Amino acid sequence: MTTTIGLEIHVQLATQTKMFCGCSTAFGDEPNTHVCPVCLGLPGALPTLNAQAVRLAVRIATALGCTVHEVSEFSRKNYFYPDLPKSYQITQFDRPIATGGSLPIVTEQGGRSVRLTRAHIEEDAGKSMHAADITLGGETLVDFNRCGMPLVEIVTEPDMQSGDEAYEFLHNLRRLVRWLGVSSGDMEKGAMRCDVNVSVSPDPAKLGTKVEIKNLNSFRSVKRAIDYEEQRQAQCIADGTPIMMESRHFDEVQGTTTAMRSKEASNDYRYFPEPDLPLLQLDPTELESVRAQMPELPWEMQSRFERDLNLSPYDAALLTEEHSTAEFFQQTIALYDNPKKLASYMGTEVARLLNERGKTLSETQLTPATLAGLLTMVEKGAISNTASKDVLPMLVDSGVTPSEAVKSLGLEQVSDTSAIEGFAREVITENVTQVEQFRSGKEAVLGFLVGQLMKKSKGKANPKLAGEILRTLLKP
Amino acid sequence: MSSELPRTLEQYRHAVRAHELSAEEYLGETRQLIERGDPQVKAFLHLRLDAARSDAQAADPSSPLAGAPIAVKDNIMMAGERCTCGSRILEHYVAPYSATVVQSLLAAGAVVPGKTNLDEFAMGSSTENSAFFPTHNPADLSRVPGGSSGGSTAAVAAGFALGAIGSDTGGSVRQPAAFCGVVGFKPTYGLVSRYGLVAFGSSLDCIGPIARSVRDAAIMMNVMAAHDPKDATSVKRPHVDFEAALQPTLAGKRVGIIRELQGLDVQPEIAAAMETTRKAAVKSGASIVEVSVPHILSALPVYYIIAPAECSANLGRFDGVRYGLHEDGRDMTETYSRTRNTGFGTEVKRRILIGAFVLSAGYYDAYYKKAASVRQLITDELDAALQSADVLLTPTTPTTAFKLGAVTDPLEMYKADVFTIPADLAGAPAISFPAGKDTAGLPVGLQLMGPRWSDADVLSCANVLFTALGGES
Repeated sequence: MTTTIGLEIHVQLATQTKMFCGCSTAFGDEPNTHVCPVCLGLPGALPTLNAQAVRLAVRIATALGCTVHEVSEFSRKNYFYPDLPKSYQITQFDRPIATGGSLPIVTEQGGRSVRLTRAHIEEDAGKSMHAADITLGGETLVDFNRCGMPLVEIVTEPDMQSGDEAYEFLHNLRRLVRWLGVSSGDMEKGAMRCDVNVSVSPDPAKLGTKVEIKNLNSFRSVKRAIDYEEQRQAQCIADGTPIMMESRHFDEVQGTTTAMRSKEASNDYRYFPEPDLPLLQLDPTELESVRAQMPELPWEMQSRFERDLNLSPYDAALLTEEHSTAEFFQQTIALYDNPKKLASYMGTEVARLLNERGKTLSETQLTPATLAGLLTMVEKGAISNTASKDVLPMLVDSGVTPSEAVKSLGLEQVSDTSAIEGFAREVITENVTQVEQFRSGKEAVLGFLVGQLMKKSKGKANPKLAGEILRTLLKP
Repeated sequence: MSSELPRTLEQYRHAVRAHELSAEEYLGETRQLIERGDPQVKAFLHLRLDAARSDAQAADPSSPLAGAPIAVKDNIMMAGERCTCGSRILEHYVAPYSATVVQSLLAAGAVVPGKTNLDEFAMGSSTENSAFFPTHNPADLSRVPGGSSGGSTAAVAAGFALGAIGSDTGGSVRQPAAFCGVVGFKPTYGLVSRYGLVAFGSSLDCIGPIARSVRDAAIMMNVMAAHDPKDATSVKRPHVDFEAALQPTLAGKRVGIIRELQGLDVQPEIAAAMETTRKAAVKSGASIVEVSVPHILSALPVYYIIAPAECSANLGRFDGVRYGLHEDGRDMTETYSRTRNTGFGTEVKRRILIGAFVLSAGYYDAYYKKAASVRQLITDELDAALQSADVLLTPTTPTTAFKLGAVTDPLEMYKADVFTIPADLAGAPAISFPAGKDTAGLPVGLQLMGPRWSDADVLSCANVLFTALGGES
């Protein structure tokens, strides 16, 4: 049995405003608070293109190695649905902004490229909230805050063979869009959505019947749905039952797919060029400068770390998951030239602390300089590796330098006579009774007084020195 | 107040600035005319005369329009006023915002007495397709005013307003202007913002002025023409003063006659008016040239594919879900179906069906795509013809105004647009101006068309001919 998988991924572009109007793209606000005549499709309103959305789309298409077209065209995709207020979606059809390209994936079978068919710009629809989601007498309500959100739809060739590969593809695509800052890639917030096409065939030379799976809300769901569908179709073939070309719905709880209510006939979207928007013309010099200014991509940096810094694939992948982490790492190795040690420290101690605090690196006070300083102290034997684990939280939370932290944690002994003398005088003034007792010959009281001094110095004072100084000062 | 009321916007503006007349006084006179005449003419769907009086009181006499009453076709948004598009489906719809053009007119001191009748969603050539009532031609109440901007042109012809705005998709400003004996101008596509005009055929729709003189149309264009960032098809161009650009003669102008239109059957008085106007053109310094636009007769069928295709998408939003008429059904599909079946009239349904058909899988290439390429061909041919002529002179309509109810075959009705449609397909400026009357005393209108962005020139040439034929300068 051969399984063939293709993906259609919607990536929400991280713009401030919607695709064709000035409404905010903020997520999670009261329903229908980010709406205007344009995104509500009121009569007479017209769309105007968000230039930033186009820039982000060009950026992602360029990173994916697509051919970005200097001229592309918007089209209307016509269908009736309550969450589609114009009764058509503005999308790209005949002439998308980008075609071709690929994205590398690495699975247990090794690394390879998944080819892309196209990438095009379109607007999102509103969100229907059905009886189950609401408490308003079983009605369906629509939230148009999402309506008109800018999307890029990326369509792959049927190039994947397993749920694992699809998972890897999505993971790497999300890493890329975050790396480039073009999308949050957050599937829970709908910033990345995916439809899957799966076909199983007994003949590796021939494709099976294409089945589409919808309602996939996480990477894990994608993998689970494909795994289930693979099994189901294989069973159909074994049983001799026909596989229908259809759309199926993934049930998160059951882990199964079920056929969606079939529409009367195949949908005819009656696409035609959008007359309200002129052809989208991109400036070739601007396209060239996007290409020229493209940063090192995550998988490129990952292999460089493996190759040049001799990092394990695990560490290299971890460090290049987020652009800010990778940048942090690179700045730190400039100050602390032990990449393997640094990578492992970041992957364990730093990662654990971030995880505990639920923060990203950039949200903490830790800097490449302080982390490099700490590891240098460990390296020089100034503090132990164990002690460094007590210091790190201070660097993360308060932004002090490593030596300040070491000092304030008393991990460094104080043998400065004058400092200890100061503490000793305070102790003598504050403990008149005990001082009398000592002077009248009770030697044992000295231990108590040394203890008081140690407390005052927060344990930093050299205890032997403290005893000697107290004894000298208490001499009558 | 002087004894004689101004007949044109230009005269009105002069009188107001000379303090011989106030906007409020003029509106009072207009109100009387409306109250006396509109029950017969039925130009307006809704009047706002009390609000207009306050607007007139507040009008600045030195503003470009100085408080002049300007009527607005009821498919153009004016905030707080109903905007029905002449349709049951929007019968109670109140505009939540104003069209850019309405904002510009109001800012320039226009006072809107009311919203005017139209063929439902601007689809028609007689205003008989209004879901509410037909409008009557002030020149002969038994006849149609033309359409779809019949309410606006009738209002201007009857003295209910000094000017009006209409929308022109296939001739809907020019054809009723010809029938009512007023001036109707369709600007270059992209010169006047469409924001707030309820879309019919988006690639064709233009808002244009309807006026008593060509000069008045130029005065209105000075207010209406501006780049609008809210309309992506609006074009940024250097500012033109259309009124100042009006020239006294046609010296050096080449007036083209289109060979392929010569054989068309037109009413004899219209053919005679063409002849008279040619002579007037020559007398005014123009030369007459014959040009060829080989595929111009395909314009009509091309239009009746492209406009319905666009309208089938544009009118999808009237589904009863968010606003407008709602007819409950057992499920969404039935709700859509019942709402749209009850809410739309026959002609609108016909065009939606034609549009959905020509866009559907398997027919798209043969119809829509073919039509789009023939449209380009006609545009190129017109561009070529306009290399050897500065303006093209044609009749606006094959006949003068017909009787209400006289034309029942939709194809016959569509033929009324044969002369006006080419300019819409090409996005070119075109104007209809009065050029005499037929033997029944009904107005005859002729059309001048120019290359895209030659609006000032088209207005100027039309002004010369219009005044030469006895119109107000």
